[in-house]
Amino acid sequence: MSTQVLEASPTAPPERPARRRPRNRLGPPWLFVAPALLCYGAIVLYPSASGVLYAFTDWSGLGDWSFVGLRNFDSLLHDDRALGALRNTLLLTVAIVVVQNGIGLLLALGVHARIKSRMLLRAVFFAPVVVSPVMVAFLWKYVYNPAPNAGLNGVLGAVGLGSLRQDWLGDPSLALWSVAAMVVWQHAGYSMVIFLAGLEGISKDVREAATIDGAGPVKRFRYVTWPLLAPATTINVMLSTIGGLKIFDQVFAATSGGPGYATETLSTVLYKEAFVFGRYGYSTAVALVLALFVAAVSLVQIRYLRAREDQT
Amino acid sequence: MNRYRPRTLALELLMVAAGVAFLFPVYALIVLSLKDAGQIASSPLGLPKPPTVDNYTEAWSTASLGSALLSSTLITVVSLVLLIAIGSCGAYFLARRATRLGYGLYILFLLGIVLPFQLGMIPLYNLFSKLELIGTYQSLILFYTGIQLPFTIFLYTGFIRALPADYATAALVDGASHFQAYTRIVFPLLRPITGTVLILNAVFIWNDFFTPLLYLGGSAHETIPVRIFAFVGQYVSDYGLVFAGLVLGAIPILLVFLLLQRYVIKGFASGLKG
Repeated sequence: MSTQVLEASPTAPPERPARRRPRNRLGPPWLFVAPALLCYGAIVLYPSASGVLYAFTDWSGLGDWSFVGLRNFDSLLHDDRALGALRNTLLLTVAIVVVQNGIGLLLALGVHARIKSRMLLRAVFFAPVVVSPVMVAFLWKYVYNPAPNAGLNGVLGAVGLGSLRQDWLGDPSLALWSVAAMVVWQHAGYSMVIFLAGLEGISKDVREAATIDGAGPVKRFRYVTWPLLAPATTINVMLSTIGGLKIFDQVFAATSGGPGYATETLSTVLYKEAFVFGRYGYSTAVALVLALFVAAVSLVQIRYLRAREDQT
Repeated sequence: MNRYRPRTLALELLMVAAGVAFLFPVYALIVLSLKDAGQIASSPLGLPKPPTVDNYTEAWSTASLGSALLSSTLITVVSLVLLIAIGSCGAYFLARRATRLGYGLYILFLLGIVLPFQLGMIPLYNLFSKLELIGTYQSLILFYTGIQLPFTIFLYTGFIRALPADYATAALVDGASHFQAYTRIVFPLLRPITGTVLILNAVFIWNDFFTPLLYLGGSAHETIPVRIFAFVGQYVSDYGLVFAGLVLGAIPILLVFLLLQRYVIKGFASGLKG
């Protein structure tokens, strides 16, 4: 984001009285931003500020409350379930960021080439992005059906890999990764189109020059394409990180955090604390931690990835 | 360099194979939705013989998807109109007011991109229930307009900053009002970014699940994802019926995607050049 602020218009000429400030008649009046401010204030700022306040109270969501200082955050540090959810959220995010963008990049390279089916394949790989995550989760619940002849297990059996059959969502050590795979399936096409836009922005001359200089496909990718894809990589990594940290719908619909707490994430914990256990104050403390994580990670990534962009 | 060579053919085969593997869940979805319970039990993944559309007729009526389609469309369209009107005007002010206050306001709006909506979820619910808006379309329309404003303003402001101010200035000098200069001159110039704003917000609002569940769950105004959620919960083990419901629920947005494919992909690809 650019931090450039233009200088305000110069001060009034001396012959005018000092209190009549020069009005910039060419700038749009405040009325233009008033509806946006009003709506944003009422729907986002005011409720979020209340939420931050409640994070320091014992409010149940209804009735009276009192301030409890940092007690909610202290409980969080001793709550195995919330800590497990934090760990799951981070693992899930790392898995999604790495695999989704890795696959997205390979797909983009594939459909950027001169193959005849490239337009069709772009549409195919992108289509799940526009479908509701809840519906995708229900579809994948069937793919992960534990029955030996259904879903993914059925396919494994049919191609002679029956020994790899699993209880994909029922096995606590596997469930989190199964959820990650489902998210990657839905969003790899999103990473693909962003990388594709990056690839289309690289001029042919640069790559042809590298070819003439004797660089093979691997070297061309390593020294020419990859560095020039830095802006696309920044956007992809940021989008998938924020999406991963905030993930809710898919987990809620596919496992609702189970088996046990194996796929519980920060979003599902704060949902349950608020709506199932009625500990609203505590749930907003979890939400605040999530907000801080998202903000911190975005800032660090912007810095690091922008520095990398500047080097190239 | 651009000729179709044996290596290109190998790549083509590889990519098509990847596409086929990628489509396996969709294959299962369609095949199962066309089978009766007996066929699903005996051969879940084989081709349906004979195919039946009974699941579809039953899913359409039991999930009352017709009314859900109407609700989703109404909420999405009205929210988009408000977002574009309010967001583009606000961004025009923020982009052209190059003062410290204008910049501070812009940063205040950007903060909304990072805040998880759950932070204000319950205070907002309480506010809406005090205003007796829970269960109405208005509640969700207001919610989406507020929650998507930061992102909308972010996209518009970036675009307007890169646009020369001279056109609007010329109109103002010629005696047009600010409102006239905006609607006649500036807004038409924003068409490319309005397309992006429209597509990204439409997909988000159409598919959003949790807030509609909270505000409209159990009411007559449920949106498609909420209807499908309730429907799947009710018929969870009847895969044929559930999958017919999923196909019907996904068709409207997939249809729009296929018709406007080029624009949708472009919108997603260009949406976030920060």
